[in-house]
Amino acid sequence: MSDAQSPDFDPVEPNTGEDFEPVEVFPDSDDFDLRPGADSCYKCSTCDTNCPVAEVDDEFPGPKFQGPEQWRLKQTDDDYEIDDSVMSCSNCMRCDNACPSGVPLSQMHNTARGEYVSEQMDKLSVEYVRNRILANYRTSAWFASKVPRLANFAMNFGPARWVMEKTMGITSERDFPEFAQRTFREWWADRGGADASRRNAREARERRGEPAEADKKVAYFHGCYSNYNTPEVGKAMVHVFEHFGYEVVAPEQKCSGTPMFANGMLDDARRHAEVNVSSMSDLVDQGYDAIASCTSCSMALRQEYPELFDIDGIEDVAANTFEAIEYLRIHEDIRDEIRAADVSGDLADEFAYHAPCHARNQGLDRQAVELFRDLEGVGIEDVGESCSGISGTYGWKEEKYEKSMEIGDEMFDHMEHAEGSTGMTECPTCAMQMEHGTGYEIRHPLELLQAALVE
Amino acid sequence: MAIESEVLVVGGGLAGLTSAIAAAREGADVRLVSYKQSTLRHASGLVDLLGYTPDGEGPLTDPYAAMADLPASHPYRTVGVDTVREAMSMFDEVTDYEGGHTDTNALLPTHGGTVKPTARYPRGAAAGIASDDRDVLLVGIEEMTDFDAPHAAAHLDAAGVPFDVRGETIRFPGDLRADAKVTRYAKLLDTDGEVAVRGRKRPAREALAARVNPLIDDETRVGFPSILGDDHADEVRRDLGERLGADVFEVPMGPPSLPGLRLEDALFEALDESGASFETGNPIVDYEGEDVIERVFMEKNGARIPLSADQYVLATGGLVGKGIESDREGVVEPVFGCHVPHSDDRYDWFDTDVFGDHPFAGFGVETDADLRPLAADGTVEFDNLRAAGGVLGGYDFAAEKSGSGVSIATGYAAGTSAAAEGQ
Repeated sequence: MSDAQSPDFDPVEPNTGEDFEPVEVFPDSDDFDLRPGADSCYKCSTCDTNCPVAEVDDEFPGPKFQGPEQWRLKQTDDDYEIDDSVMSCSNCMRCDNACPSGVPLSQMHNTARGEYVSEQMDKLSVEYVRNRILANYRTSAWFASKVPRLANFAMNFGPARWVMEKTMGITSERDFPEFAQRTFREWWADRGGADASRRNAREARERRGEPAEADKKVAYFHGCYSNYNTPEVGKAMVHVFEHFGYEVVAPEQKCSGTPMFANGMLDDARRHAEVNVSSMSDLVDQGYDAIASCTSCSMALRQEYPELFDIDGIEDVAANTFEAIEYLRIHEDIRDEIRAADVSGDLADEFAYHAPCHARNQGLDRQAVELFRDLEGVGIEDVGESCSGISGTYGWKEEKYEKSMEIGDEMFDHMEHAEGSTGMTECPTCAMQMEHGTGYEIRHPLELLQAALVE
Repeated sequence: MAIESEVLVVGGGLAGLTSAIAAAREGADVRLVSYKQSTLRHASGLVDLLGYTPDGEGPLTDPYAAMADLPASHPYRTVGVDTVREAMSMFDEVTDYEGGHTDTNALLPTHGGTVKPTARYPRGAAAGIASDDRDVLLVGIEEMTDFDAPHAAAHLDAAGVPFDVRGETIRFPGDLRADAKVTRYAKLLDTDGEVAVRGRKRPAREALAARVNPLIDDETRVGFPSILGDDHADEVRRDLGERLGADVFEVPMGPPSLPGLRLEDALFEALDESGASFETGNPIVDYEGEDVIERVFMEKNGARIPLSADQYVLATGGLVGKGIESDREGVVEPVFGCHVPHSDDRYDWFDTDVFGDHPFAGFGVETDADLRPLAADGTVEFDNLRAAGGVLGGYDFAAEKSGSGVSIATGYAAGTSAAAEGQ
């Protein structure tokens, strides 16, 4: 570069800088210009040491190849086709946190995977259809929630699962998650929706000696899983926030898109993102913050949306989205309340805590252990930094199942050596894997927080 | 509201970790924040105190004895030799490193075949020490081009080591992909996973030993590149040693480095045990305050998250760790905008000789005796800010082989002092 030119981006912080907008480089094109990110890669290979797939899979070339290398290959050779190994990336996004130069690795992987699926994958193949069904979990869950008992039976009916494995490549090793008899949204509506929450929050503020008119309001992005499968997590989130005097609303929402990113279904993801951004940005305009209890949902809204899509209001939503407990740590003296509290009964237990990869990438991997270590009546132990291995839909694929269990092995081992035999994590699929590998019951930190502060 | 603590350490490398551990052990409520994972992953895992004087004399036998003669601006002179000793004994307490039994530098062979003076070394490297006179066989892995064993052996021989050394290259059993990650080898050996050798499945450790056994003549020590396990490194080494009938050691490698990763794990574990909180993944981008830092802001995808503390430690690293930044206009410390002394003419920043005495190598903040950064006029920048490690000026870690020692010593001093004032 000559003295006359100076770069208009900061290679150290491409994820945070305002100057460089990948989708705006060529205003009329949807193509990403990821060159500045690729140029920032100096091949230290730190990303590769963080990749849980490369650690166990001889065929997987690692994040450095999938991202900056592959992007460069594409630029120099018009006929270059994305390597099919990109489908073995589980989208754990650990490489992002590793890179000392701020290369947007997961964005590169997501775009490469999107291109591979839309241009190179046979849309009639079993793999494509299977991936599409897995990625659109919300649709299946919606049907199942109409007949939860039947669905619970049918989805785990042996012969049916055998057929699913043989014809669809969905592993029969796993138990399908149970569908709740009543979804979170049904509970929410029966309870009186936003009006009831407003009343509860106002009472709580009075009890806490805070101004009755205080501007404390959050929009809950519950995601699919806490709606259809674990409504107890959604209820805990509502109870805890109301306890701190927050009015909760539960706006219209679709899937966050996480399973779609991971399967390269960017068109599906965009459709859902448009709904989510539209309903969340209206609320953000009115002073609400968006709160998620699933760390993959908050990751999608905060990072993947603005990296992949250009939707009105997307930046505002990203900047105002928080994980539920993170939000309380910032705005409330939650540590003091926890120190003064104790837990008895069902949740007075020793917990083996696993930090989901997507929590790790938001800097939340230590949050639960550091918060609950001051809580009387419970013990909590971090079971180490390994990935659980399931990575959403990844571990459900027949051909990935063993790899997924091999990655998770270190976590199972640490869980079994931990004092407690109840697991804890924020991520629903990590919870599935933890349960599958150890047989432990798994709880969400919000449930423990509810037991400590509300009950 | 803000996330509050008594001492807030910005930076998660060796200096940041040491200062956070030191402060927490003094009883302070400590939080460490780091933008990215620690650069310890790039480090060899060897801990150097002082290998050469700034004039290039060395290798030094006793690093402590040489500290008194360093220039007055050197961080070791700022904190004093006694503090360096205290810091190193804290390091010894929280790690299982070797070398603490003596003041003398140990000589360790590197993957390039040089011999390096170092103060502390991981247990895995211990059997490779160059002052030992037992003969050595170095084993390289064909796919790992960073370590050419015959070449390294020839270099060591030319360096005059007091033993015979040979290098042999093998294919790692199981024919892993040509660019397999170091973690792939480590995981295979950790779990003793199966590899296919001539169509037969065999446990990785047994298969590796079978490849190496016929290559051993009379050597009683065998060195491998640093890939021998992560979680169970001691066990992998012991197991291989029994199968080979020789002491097994790892030769420290360039990045990404497993010994660096293991050191990072050990220090984070010590930090956890000390009761401190920590968080990685997001940068500190701004602060509030005039003569005193009131709070700092962490950036998370557009959200600014406030963190406040009584005392702050700046341990963001040097030019490579990006704790010091430069452009064509000048050199800056980006988080708090602390003054970094440098010539106005950027042609004075470097030497035309590639391996010359480059002024940029010593760029960093100047401090008072309590490690508080100084402004251009010599006054303290902020009453409650101390700096430690690579962000400090006045020393050239690459030439002196003093990087780890300065980080540990100044980290310890800054953390201890911050805790004393912050409570």
